Amino acid sequence: MMMRISKHHLFWPLTVLAGLFVFNLLYDPGFFAIRVQGGHLYGSLIDILNYGSPLILVAIGMTLVIATAGIDLSVGSIVAIAGAIACLLISRGEDQHSLALFAVAVAASIGIALVLGLWNGLLVSGIGIQPIVATLILMVTGRGIAQLVTGGQIITVSSDPYSFLGAGWFLMLPFSIFIVGFVFVIAVLMTRKTALGMFIESVGGNPTASRLAGIRSKSVLLAVYAFCAICAGIAGLLLSSNVSSADGNNAGLWYELDAILAVVIGGTSLAGGRFFLAGTVVGALIIQTLTTTIYTIGVPPEITLVVKAIVVFAVCLIQSESFRSTIVHRWKTRRYPAEREVTRGV
Amino acid sequence: MFRRKYIPIFITVGLFALIFALGSFRYTGFFSTQVLFNLLIDNAFLLIVAIGMTFVIVSGGIDLSVGSMVALTTMLSASLLQEGLSPALVIPFVLLAGFLFGAGMGAVIHYFNIQPFIVTLAGMFLARGLCYVISINTITINDKFYQSIALTKIYLGDSFISISVILALATLLLAVYLAHYTRFGRNTYAVGGNEQSALLMGLPVARTKVLIYGFSGFCSAMGGVVFTFYMLSGYGLHAVGLELDAIAAVVIGGALLTGGVGYVVGTFFGVMIQGVIQTIITFEGTLSSWWTKIVIGMLLFLFIVLQRVLGARAGSSQTR
Amino acid sequence: MGENRPILQMSGIHKRFPGVIALNNVDFRMYPGEVHALMGENGAGKSTLIKVLTGVYAIDGGTVDLDGAPITVGSPLEAQEHGISTVYQEVNLCPNLTVAENIFIGREPRRFGKIQWKELNRRAERLLAERLNLNIDVTRTLDSYSVAIQQLVAIARALNVSAKVLILDEPTSSLDQGEVQELFAVMRKLKEQGLGILFVTHFLDQVYEITDRITVLRNGELVGEFMTKELPRMDLVLHMIGKDLELLADLPASDFGQAGEASGETFLKVTGLGRQGSIEPFDFMIQRGEVVGFAGLLGSGRTEAARLLFGADRADQGQWQAAGGGKVDSPRQAIRRGIAFCSENRKTEGIIEDLTIRENIILAMQAHRGWFKSIPRKRQEAIADEYIETLNINPPNPEQLIKNLSGGNQQKVLLARWLLMEPNLLILDEPTRGIDVGAKAEIQKLVLALAKKGMAVLFISSEMEEVLRVSDRIVVLRDRQIVRQMTGEDIHHHNVMQAIAGEN
Repeated sequence: MMMRISKHHLFWPLTVLAGLFVFNLLYDPGFFAIRVQGGHLYGSLIDILNYGSPLILVAIGMTLVIATAGIDLSVGSIVAIAGAIACLLISRGEDQHSLALFAVAVAASIGIALVLGLWNGLLVSGIGIQPIVATLILMVTGRGIAQLVTGGQIITVSSDPYSFLGAGWFLMLPFSIFIVGFVFVIAVLMTRKTALGMFIESVGGNPTASRLAGIRSKSVLLAVYAFCAICAGIAGLLLSSNVSSADGNNAGLWYELDAILAVVIGGTSLAGGRFFLAGTVVGALIIQTLTTTIYTIGVPPEITLVVKAIVVFAVCLIQSESFRSTIVHRWKTRRYPAEREVTRGV
Repeated sequence: MFRRKYIPIFITVGLFALIFALGSFRYTGFFSTQVLFNLLIDNAFLLIVAIGMTFVIVSGGIDLSVGSMVALTTMLSASLLQEGLSPALVIPFVLLAGFLFGAGMGAVIHYFNIQPFIVTLAGMFLARGLCYVISINTITINDKFYQSIALTKIYLGDSFISISVILALATLLLAVYLAHYTRFGRNTYAVGGNEQSALLMGLPVARTKVLIYGFSGFCSAMGGVVFTFYMLSGYGLHAVGLELDAIAAVVIGGALLTGGVGYVVGTFFGVMIQGVIQTIITFEGTLSSWWTKIVIGMLLFLFIVLQRVLGARAGSSQTR
Repeated sequence: MGENRPILQMSGIHKRFPGVIALNNVDFRMYPGEVHALMGENGAGKSTLIKVLTGVYAIDGGTVDLDGAPITVGSPLEAQEHGISTVYQEVNLCPNLTVAENIFIGREPRRFGKIQWKELNRRAERLLAERLNLNIDVTRTLDSYSVAIQQLVAIARALNVSAKVLILDEPTSSLDQGEVQELFAVMRKLKEQGLGILFVTHFLDQVYEITDRITVLRNGELVGEFMTKELPRMDLVLHMIGKDLELLADLPASDFGQAGEASGETFLKVTGLGRQGSIEPFDFMIQRGEVVGFAGLLGSGRTEAARLLFGADRADQGQWQAAGGGKVDSPRQAIRRGIAFCSENRKTEGIIEDLTIRENIILAMQAHRGWFKSIPRKRQEAIADEYIETLNINPPNPEQLIKNLSGGNQQKVLLARWLLMEPNLLILDEPTRGIDVGAKAEIQKLVLALAKKGMAVLFISSEMEEVLRVSDRIVVLRDRQIVRQMTGEDIHHHNVMQAIAGEN
């Protein structure tokens, strides 16, 4: 029984998360406390969910991309562009509080995110450029575009509907949690209730066999990159709405890396194939909890980076087959290094 | 003799000449040796870092840690100097640290067969994080030696260059020699061309890969030293995003991100193109700095698609 | 020649892999100045033997003597140092380096550590000209030359290491006739220079044209060593396939051609279909309810022909007259026309390792329906259960990941995938390879049953007996061409063997 539990894909991520919680609890016995104040729920756990929302969103999209054996480096830039466009449109409006203006701004940013995603998808599936290279283009250009949109300034807006997105409350909880929940449910429905999820895993796991089975891998790739960009776009809206401003330079900086990390921690392999959306969410929560923890114990927040580095190394080493086999068959691989090299390719 | 593999590098050189000529026609005072020299002065550290990156990319890998390594070097240098250590000790020490850091990543990449992207990503986090472990604030450098190097101008005619430029050009020459006249360099190309073949041909693949990342780490540290001369301070937020500039320079310089093809000289022009675009944007006055990123992104796109097209054609000619 | 001492002597070689004995007590010897063919079908142990010899695999038992002295070969590099060099089918050189560099990399002439390019290029030119009669610009990159030249460069590299034994592993499979002759000229020249050449190929004509001696392996065991001149083609084929003529003749005649009822309704007809470098243009037609067998040795073009029919590879010439439309360009299109193809490479072209049995079964059906018309979960489970039962898939758990299944059960899952599509034409490429005898018979029976129901089946197998048993009509391929078709009374093991061997 223990074996079966420990083999479940959520076992390790959840264990790590629980470990972090316990650590926090020891440090601050009130960690789990949630209090009601002015009809809103407050507490560390709520904060983690709230601040973690944008990352969870981006990571959900990234999961699908990685499942196709791809990667999307441009999500950070898309986060910045989406926030910038929405704020620009709202700041230009006559009545910033207008609901219609808000709707136009949101639709425009998500529309642009979609276009950018299709662009990535086209480079990958149409022209056949490696994903890491193809999305690098937008990663570089996108930052510039975001700054172009904001004119290099930080655009501040004061729009009630807009700030509700990322800073509002609904049913006593931060509204962003509902957005994340909504996107998560959509992603799950889209991948598990239609055949898309199976196609993604199939294209990521074995592209040749997928082609021979008649799967249209091009449209699968296109859809996945588009979805990932939309997720990043929504995350950009949440981030900028939370502070009611857009910063083309710093918004979404390093998000691509955190998102990839969350996906990998969640158990999805960078080599593509099986993907775990719930695992990704837990992975993103681990990263967010880590950040929060470091804040609470009073270490300079920048040191999170060192911890992240260690986590990346650890996760990759565990996933690395060579690492495991090195430990197991140390003597054998020593003597015949070529056998390892050749059989690895098979 | 005209060869297809040189097309990207010709385009790069031509593009540089074209942009420089455009600038010269449009702006008075643009066409001068000093503007040219300033390109070198302002981009010396980028050039050095990009040279290391060229080897990594030619071998079919990628190194995301270079920007952080530059920052870590500035931080290490500044804090050690603050402790009163002599530059004669500090500089060799940071160079060695850079080499070991890179070689360590290379070893993990090779022996555990983990993608370079992920390993160097972790290296990037680690190096940046270590900066903050040293200090989260800027440490200014008051060392006489550093200051005098920073201020030294070497006059060639009426125009001048800095000592950093000499260091960068020396690195460039060393790298060209390494790439084309040593076994290490040729093995790098072989690994990038086909790692499996290189192994079956009996080349020392493991040693080569470790050395490649070690060399990139060394170049990052060297770039960091030059950057320290330039900024006279150590700071954890120095050189953020430098890895992207370096990768862009290498790709614009005609290297294939899939490995096997690339030239150190091409990288030199890749860096110069980025520099000249920045200069034009400064001269234009009304254009803002982000146009640099947009233009460089478009150039990246152009070169990647170009390589893809050339590659596809080479592939089809091969299968008759 | 016989008086000479063998330059290479391998005795009692054993090599085990988890679950498989790849080489069982195999002997092999080679004399200097001879071309020696190593023959065998899939799984015979050819490539394992070569990998043992070149130090890629460690041996579990046996000895290797080179020039009379025992050696151990720990790596490809060590093999080269001993003078054993290999040229593989996929040229194992670096396409981005120059020809000269590919020959000398790792051994470049240097002075004070600096590579002497002029010297290197001169040596490369001399080596190619003197030993291989090849005059090319050695400063161009390797990828600017044809595969044939690349092969020769690979040979030159091998020679450069003072080779005593040269292994050519299927060097001719992507060369055209002229290029093959060029290669043979080089081989003859090297033979005169006293080299022992181990030649692996699927082309019988080439074996008889160039080799002096033949060693045949089958199922990891040595069948025998023969002088080429003294071994009739028929016998060679029999040795490779492993059935005695008498045994085949004893097969009850009633087993032959029993699927029987070709409907007279043509389902698919192609004329002049071909693809350069893979299969010569051929004509082919198949009727509903008919089982056509493709017979031929590995590499004869049987798989290549089937792939063109399914659109897995694109034909560069030929006419189509298929039911419900013209040309088939992609697997998707083929599937829409009711064609299904079960590839011989289960692992790389068939299963999706990360998916379950259920998902692997419904994959093609779902791809055909599109994303949104998802097959309801209940229905999926019913389908999976049905096929698990009819095909006897083990373990009978539809949620098991397919990568945990044995090869035979994976094959059954793939079969289920295509049966579910109820195709008009089912192409089965080596459906029984690596499957135990019982399962084999089941699959053969299934093929006959399907044909009775009106399905056209194209059955490809290395096992003569099997092809004879299920086919109404047999198409024989040799050296990438269809060489003979036979029906009815004509179907006889002897005729098939003759056609495969190329004896008339």
